Amino acid sequence: MINLSAVLLAFDWGFLLQKLILIIIIVSVSLVVAMYETYLERKVAAWMQDRIGPNRAGPFGILQPIADGGKLFFKEEIIPNTSNKTLFVLGPGLAMLAALMTCAVIPWSSHLQFGDTTVQLQIADVNIGILYIFGVVSLGVYGIMIGGWASNNKFSLMAALRGASQAISYELAMGISLIALLFITGSLSMRTIVEEQMKNGIWNVVYQPLGFLIFLVCAFAECNRTPFDLPEAESELNMGYHQEYSSMKLGFYLFAEYINMFISSAVMATLFFGGYDVPFLDESTLAPNVAAIIGLIAFMIKIGFFIFLFMWVRWTIPRFRYDQLMNLGWKKLLPLALVNMLVTAAVMLWLHK
Amino acid sequence: MSITEILFWFLSVLTLVSAIMVLISKNPVHSVLWLIATFFAISGHYILLNAQFLAIVNLIVYAGAIMVLFLFVIMLMNLDVAIEPKRSMWMKFAGVISGGLLLAVLLSVVRTSVDLTNKTAQLNTGDIGLIKNLGHTLFTQYAVPFEVSSILFLSAMVGAVVIGKKN
Repeated sequence: MINLSAVLLAFDWGFLLQKLILIIIIVSVSLVVAMYETYLERKVAAWMQDRIGPNRAGPFGILQPIADGGKLFFKEEIIPNTSNKTLFVLGPGLAMLAALMTCAVIPWSSHLQFGDTTVQLQIADVNIGILYIFGVVSLGVYGIMIGGWASNNKFSLMAALRGASQAISYELAMGISLIALLFITGSLSMRTIVEEQMKNGIWNVVYQPLGFLIFLVCAFAECNRTPFDLPEAESELNMGYHQEYSSMKLGFYLFAEYINMFISSAVMATLFFGGYDVPFLDESTLAPNVAAIIGLIAFMIKIGFFIFLFMWVRWTIPRFRYDQLMNLGWKKLLPLALVNMLVTAAVMLWLHK
Repeated sequence: MSITEILFWFLSVLTLVSAIMVLISKNPVHSVLWLIATFFAISGHYILLNAQFLAIVNLIVYAGAIMVLFLFVIMLMNLDVAIEPKRSMWMKFAGVISGGLLLAVLLSVVRTSVDLTNKTAQLNTGDIGLIKNLGHTLFTQYAVPFEVSSILFLSAMVGAVVIGKKN
């Protein structure tokens, strides 16, 4: 017989509880940020097109996302008769899951100190951090593909195939641009990368400007954002892979895109812009809690800038044609990333690092 | 029963159930999805053995890239239950027997292998699976085989381009 109490006592409950609370906080923050990204997107669009934007729900329209969410929840839920029902429901769930899983390895700030216990503001500091993000991102394709196929609609299937091949193509250039970065950092752990940048006082973007640009373009493509939003090109494919979806299932797909945007902004800020590092400030002179909070604010500001960049591009640049997209990915970005990698490797060898 | 053991049993059951579901699902798309679940469970086993690099590469390469291509092909082929050709009883018998023989051979090899008898897996202790040690071993001790296999990949890539260029 297994002694149940011995099994339960063997767990480090304090640690589990700490991580559980952290996970709940981070996931809910991601969701709230994604919610307000929709509001921000409409405001930015309005500002760029010289309109007012949403301003009816609450002061400055600040309750608009809640109204939108409520609308989506209460809409009629339609599952097409000819669809594959299990997979039809699974699709949006997978999209959401893959989007939320990425936030596990991002270091949100340094650590908080409560008496004797130190709380790392990161769910898991694994030493394969970047590869983990890469793995989860490559799973994001399944949400789109399964949803598109299960709808049993030609347009949805076409859009899903487009989305999947786009994601796979741009993952390559993204990975190679990251390899060049790894030559410099020498570690795959996100926290180590941030701490290196804090110690040197120089952000990685200074060493890897080209690598950053390639990463940025690929991040746009991976998030299916304009100018790469071909999977939902409404002029050719009606509405893309989520054409048959309604109610909150559609909401999940749209939401996953905004969460992806938030997380990829966080990844870019971490890898290339020093993460929670505040420029011209020596954090080690401050009390740990103060440093953590200042770092968190700095990190959020950096993320906010990148989110704004995503929207800025969306409302400025028109959509690519599909062959242009593939040409850019395979014939321009990939060789560019390879050259960047080789040059970085040669320089690192030359400097004997 | 420690947390590692609980995880081990959970992952083993998950692996076996999803592997069986790959075989018995009627719908090929479901089979592919169950296969992805199997890869996840196997990656979990790798993590239990502290082979983090192997675990994540297994996910990126197999679950993230190869299975997407599988799904591509299956989705475009439009496989229906109605148009599936009927296989004769003899074929099924032959399949079961040859599969069973293969299983028996594999089992006996694993059971009698000198390297494996009387040894247990290193849970959570070995560090050869960490990326630093793995890279070091690959690029010093096994540099030549590593380069040879990369040439193999290169030639496969060239071959794929040549085949794709034909029309």
